Amino acid sequence: MPTIVESAASLELTGIELAFGNNKVLRGVDLAVPAGKTACVIGPSGSGKSTLLRATNRLLEPSAGDIKLGGESVLRSNPDELRRRIGMVFQHFNLFPHKTVLENITLPLRKIKKLTPDGAVEAARIQLELVGLKEKESARPGNLSGGQQQRVAIARALAMEPEVMLFDEATSALDPELVKGVLGLMADLASAGMTMIVVTHEMGFARQVADQVAFMDHGVVVESGVPEKLFTAAESPRLQQFLSQVL
Amino acid sequence: MDIWSTLNDTFLDWESMKAVLPEMLKVGLVNTLILAAASVVLGTMLGMIVAVMGLSRRRWLRWPAKVYTDIFRGLPAILTILLIGQGLSPITRHWWGPNPYPLGILALSLIAAAYIGEIFRSGIQSVEKGQLEASRALGFSYTAGMRLVVIPQGVRRVLPALVNQFIALVKESSLVYFLGLLASQRELFRIGQDAAATNGNLSPLLLAGIFYLIITVPLTHLVNYFDKRLREGRPADLEVEELTHADHR
Repeated sequence: MPTIVESAASLELTGIELAFGNNKVLRGVDLAVPAGKTACVIGPSGSGKSTLLRATNRLLEPSAGDIKLGGESVLRSNPDELRRRIGMVFQHFNLFPHKTVLENITLPLRKIKKLTPDGAVEAARIQLELVGLKEKESARPGNLSGGQQQRVAIARALAMEPEVMLFDEATSALDPELVKGVLGLMADLASAGMTMIVVTHEMGFARQVADQVAFMDHGVVVESGVPEKLFTAAESPRLQQFLSQVL
Repeated sequence: MDIWSTLNDTFLDWESMKAVLPEMLKVGLVNTLILAAASVVLGTMLGMIVAVMGLSRRRWLRWPAKVYTDIFRGLPAILTILLIGQGLSPITRHWWGPNPYPLGILALSLIAAAYIGEIFRSGIQSVEKGQLEASRALGFSYTAGMRLVVIPQGVRRVLPALVNQFIALVKESSLVYFLGLLASQRELFRIGQDAAATNGNLSPLLLAGIFYLIITVPLTHLVNYFDKRLREGRPADLEVEELTHADHR
C-alpha cells in the first residue's frame, strides 16, 4: 500500500443508540476517530460491535445520537450518499459470486461513480495490484481462497475512494494461515493514513496498529484509550476480565 | 389378430403418419412453438413482476401477488384457459377477430406467471442477506442492489426449475385446442387428434407425441446442464482457477 490516502476524514459518533424491537443493542456509544487514525473496537460477542459499524454507515438506522463525517453531521443526509463515502469490509467478504473479481470492483465504479468502462477497469486494476491480486482479475470469487476474497473485498471498497473504512471482523472467517496477509494489508492501509474503525478479535493487531482501542460491552463503550494503556493498565473490571480470557 | 398386430395397427400405421407429417411440420409444430414461446416470454415477464411484488415490504404490493398466485396455481389449467379464452372473446373480438391465439397465450402466460413468480421468489430469497448488505454498503440503492446483485443471482439458481416450467408450458399449449381452432391455427395435438379420428388409429397422435419430445427432451437436457453447472461451477472457472492458499505476502 505505497500510496498515501488523501481522502481520509475524521469520524465522530456521539450517543449512538439502536434497538431491535425491545432489545437495546447500542445504548449511547461515543467514539471519535481523527482523520488518518485507526480505532479498534474489541469486546465479547453480542456486545454491539458489528451493530455499531452498521449504524455508522446507516445500514441500520440509529434511533438517537449523531454521526459526523469530516465534521459534518450526516444523519439527515441521504444514506446512499453517506455509504459512498464510507467503505465497509465484511466478515464473510460478501463478494458478488456471479461476477469476476474485476467486475466486482468495476460494477460500483461504473454504476455509482459513473466512470466509463475503461476508466473503471483501469481504477480496478490499480487496486488489484495494490492488494497483490492483479493476476486473479478473471477469476470468480468462489475459486479464490478466503484470504484472497477478503483482499478483493478490500480492493472493491478502496476503489470507491472512501473517506473512512470499516472492518467487521475481517479475518474471523479465515483459516489461521490466511489471516496474516489480510491483517498486513489492513496495517499498510492504516500506515497510509486511512481513517479506520476495525472490529476485531485480533488483539495483536489492535495492540500494534490501532491509535486507540475501545472496549464495548452491553452496547456501550466501557473503556477506551491508547493500546499500551488499555492492554496493560485496564481500569474497568469487565475489561480486565475480558483481557484475561483472550490474551 | 394377435396383440402385436393390433398394437401395430393402432400406433404404427406409417401411412397415416406420412400423410399427416407435412401438416404437422408446417402448421402444428410452428403453432405449438409460437404458443409456447410467446407464453414463455410473457409468463416470465409477468412472473418476475409477481415475484418482486411478492417480496416487497409494502403489504399493498405483497398481497395482490399472493392472491394472484393462489388463484392461478389453484385453478385447473383448462378451466383458466376456457374462462379467459371464451369469456373475454366477445370483448377482444373487436381488436383481433375470432383468433383464439392471443387469449390462449394470455391464459397460458397468466398460469405460468403464477408458477414462475414462485420460482423467482424462492430463488431471490435464497440469496444470502449479505449480498444486498454489501451492495448497500457500496452505495447502491435498495432497488439497484436488488436489480444488479440479488436478482441475477437468484435467477441463476432457479434456472433448472425455470426450464422445467418452460417444458410444462410447451405441453400445456395443447390445451388451447379447447378454444376452437381454424385449420391454419391447429397445433400439434389438434392435428394429431383430427388425423387420428379420420383414420381410426392413434398413429398421428403418436407422431404428435414424438414432436413434443423433440422439443422437450433437449430442454430436459438443458435443465440437467444448468443443474450440473450450478453444482460444479462453470467449466472455464474450474480450468482457470485452482484454490490456492498462497496468501502470505
